[in-house]
Amino acid sequence: MARIGVFVCHCGTNISATVDVKKVAEIAKGFPGVKFATDYRYMCSEPGQDLIQKMVKEHNLTRIVVAACSPSLHEKTFRTCTQNAGLNPYFFEMANIREQCSWVHDDREEATLKAIDIVKLATAKVGKNNPLQTTFIPVEKKVLIIGGGISGIQAAIDVAFNGFKAVIVEREPSIGGRMAMFDKTFPTLDCAACILTPKMVEVNQSDLIKLYTYSEVEEVSGYVGNFKVKIRRKARLVDENKCNGCGTCWQRCPVRLPSEFDMNLGKRKAIYVPFPQAVPNVPVIDQKHCLYINKKKCGICKKVCPFEAIDYEQEDEVIEEQFGAIIVATGFTMFDHSIYGEYGYGKYKNVTTGLHFERMLNSSGPTGGKIVRPSDGKEAKKVVFIQCVGSRDEARGMPYCSRLCCMYTAKQALLLKEHNPEAEAYVFYIDIRAAGKNYEEFVERVQDEYGATYLRGRVSKIFQRNGRLMVRGCDTLSGTQIEIDADLVVLATALIARPDAIKLAQMLHIPYDQNRLFTEAHPKLAPVETVTTGVFLTGACQSPKDIPDTVATASAASVKACGLLSHEKLPIDPQIARVDVEICSGCLACKEVCPFGAIEKEEIVDRVTQQKRWVAKVAPSLCNGCGACNTACRPGAIDLDGFTEEQIFGQIESLTADKGNER
Amino acid sequence: MNDNRSVKEKNLELKPSPEKVKIAAFLCKWCSYAGADLAGGSRKKYPPNVIVIRTSCSARTNPLFVWKSLEKGLDGVLVSGCHPGECHYSEGNYHTRRNFAVFRKLLEYIGIEPERFHMSWVSAAEGDKWAQVVKEVVKTVESAGPNTYFSKKKEDNA
Ligand SMILES: Cc1cc2nc3c(=O)[nH]c(=O)nc-3n(C[C@H](O)[C@H](O)[C@H](O)COP(=O)(O)OP(=O)(O)OC[C@H]3O[C@@H](n4cnc5c(N)ncnc54)[C@H](O)[C@@H]3O)c2cc1C
Ligand code: SF4
Repeated sequence: MARIGVFVCHCGTNISATVDVKKVAEIAKGFPGVKFATDYRYMCSEPGQDLIQKMVKEHNLTRIVVAACSPSLHEKTFRTCTQNAGLNPYFFEMANIREQCSWVHDDREEATLKAIDIVKLATAKVGKNNPLQTTFIPVEKKVLIIGGGISGIQAAIDVAFNGFKAVIVEREPSIGGRMAMFDKTFPTLDCAACILTPKMVEVNQSDLIKLYTYSEVEEVSGYVGNFKVKIRRKARLVDENKCNGCGTCWQRCPVRLPSEFDMNLGKRKAIYVPFPQAVPNVPVIDQKHCLYINKKKCGICKKVCPFEAIDYEQEDEVIEEQFGAIIVATGFTMFDHSIYGEYGYGKYKNVTTGLHFERMLNSSGPTGGKIVRPSDGKEAKKVVFIQCVGSRDEARGMPYCSRLCCMYTAKQALLLKEHNPEAEAYVFYIDIRAAGKNYEEFVERVQDEYGATYLRGRVSKIFQRNGRLMVRGCDTLSGTQIEIDADLVVLATALIARPDAIKLAQMLHIPYDQNRLFTEAHPKLAPVETVTTGVFLTGACQSPKDIPDTVATASAASVKACGLLSHEKLPIDPQIARVDVEICSGCLACKEVCPFGAIEKEEIVDRVTQQKRWVAKVAPSLCNGCGACNTACRPGAIDLDGFTEEQIFGQIESLTADKGNER
Repeated sequence: MNDNRSVKEKNLELKPSPEKVKIAAFLCKWCSYAGADLAGGSRKKYPPNVIVIRTSCSARTNPLFVWKSLEKGLDGVLVSGCHPGECHYSEGNYHTRRNFAVFRKLLEYIGIEPERFHMSWVSAAEGDKWAQVVKEVVKTVESAGPNTYFSKKKEDNA
């Protein structure tokens, strides 16, 4: 018979302010099997843990229940403590009376009653815990990085620096992400290419980093230490090993198309690299528009290629690789502001976005660094910037602040004045949010030194008068209506999750929030981890981030990933399925529902009849312990350690001891 | 420690009132349990009638657990897991959905009020939603009142 000890935590006053902890301990003494119960201020503290170990000895306890916070916080702590007390670490249960009781109820009596029930459940369960031993699995010493923007690039460099292998899977033909589109970056105004290109080259040259560009992750299975990943390498129609990036093909290709990288402000060919510094410097053929692929005409690129690198027959290739950890670095996309009809986007060519403006600023961009009106290519002298387009607008956009539009708008206003000191910059804003190192100073400088005019207020309408764009808004500080005739309007649109974010989250089993941004395991204490062990987050896929924050999270995520990889073996949860062959009828209904293929058929000799028969067998390294098989098994032959039928039925019975039939 | 409280503590009667409905909630540890934790972290208040039994996955929740809970006199049961498509184990909650679709029919057939059995999908990021689900479930179960189905049956048989 188990001898149970119950330890009720005050958590300072976090629990004791709402729950009468003394009463809980007192009543727990009367639960079946409980030989000792007490309360203590902080159970997780060293004296708290010492208390458990001391009481185990003094009262000969064999099972421990700690009533405190959520098991997600301290289950591990107390398992170790239980082990240190000389017991099997799984002879422990946690009763969550903080997150699921004291913090969510106000009425002291009701909360105390509920806490008593929660402790009752834990004592009913702990007596029936089986002793379990942790097993270990080998770790694949390679990190998968999904997305090759600045966050993925930095993560790969850090992983390699720590001596481990990294693979970047990037959807586009080149790595670089959004940062490659910019001219200069706030607040120091270093040129984006000057700080990004060396990193891209480093990634390309490292022996430890492998690049799969123009590729996508298609399927992820397995678990920490051993993720099995299927990667689709889309057909480039150019042999990466033969091509040396001379560029003859794209110079000669006759098909001119709008360039996505240039936000359709410039042109590219049907065979192209998205931008001159592309890594790898190997073009792709746009199969939708290539004349040879569609009409069997032309074929010029193949004729002119000195290296015979063009291969029209090339097909998509799906490869499978194993990884110990995964870093998600898929970045962001821009809010579609066509919903703001009053801004006339789509109707007026000269209403653009921040990303368009970045491309115009860029000296190797479509306008050669000139700020022009897209309508006629003439220089834009009067530019109106509108902030918070789609941010901080629960009704039509995103409820959150995109955090960097204030900053990039200030940068763009500054660069406009630098490109053309005669130009005028007007910025409509709601508030200025410039909370970063040297950020506030930067925004001040843009106004004081560069003379950008900041207007606090919303724009109500953009319309055309006498062939000029008119921006009508109000300046709430002076209380006046304003109309500005602008050459160009730049909307600072919100940074949002990529359209396929949910699909990726489902593939990786990581949660996302109501805005489809990936959710970290803990907002403060585990900011780059996810609830799926071995999957980490970095950069703007988690929330809008500027480059400094992106790089910081990239380094953090790679340290976490390398930490995992530095182990030869990782412990696996022993709370997995177990078959009782005496009861198993060999129907293998369990095999049907197992998502991990962990159930095998095994032949045994029946103990009674001495006849051969089939039964189910669990492969411990594959079983993840979901328990779907338990529900599928009709005779009840397969059970799940940690959540056995006996335990759960016991919990139900304990809950209903004072209820039900007698009533 | 203020005196007020210790007086109140002494006076705590701790007698569950007979009208208060009691509900068991089977939550998967990855999503719904974490969502309930998040509700706590953000101090979302909700009624205390729901007691949580933690499971690995909603697919672990055998319909028999629900049956047993009702048979033993609990007034309602909630089963909650990750959103379909977001199961930590890929597809567990699809099984859950199927299992309980059949089970719900059975409850209907034998005449247990449908108000007593609930299912929800609450992710680890949905603390608000968890609080909302609890409020709604408690309200619905209260509308059905105390569960006397099985105790009546017993009396009838006697
Ligand atoms: C107009 C504008 C100006 C800015 N200016 C500045 C500035 O001056 N200074 C500053 O600090 N910050 C600036 N920022 C912010 C900066 O863009 C971000 O901090 C940075 O780009 C975030 O990097 P990332 O790698 O997380 O995302 P991204 O740059 O978006 O890169 C993500 C990469 O992942 C790839 N990808 C996406 N999904 C998949 C998938 N499923 N499979 C494979 N690959 C995938 C994408 O193709 C992309 O290459 C600006 C932002 C905007 C919008
Ligand atoms: S085949 Fe023609 S269109 Fe296609 S890439 Fe070559 S030159 Fe361009």
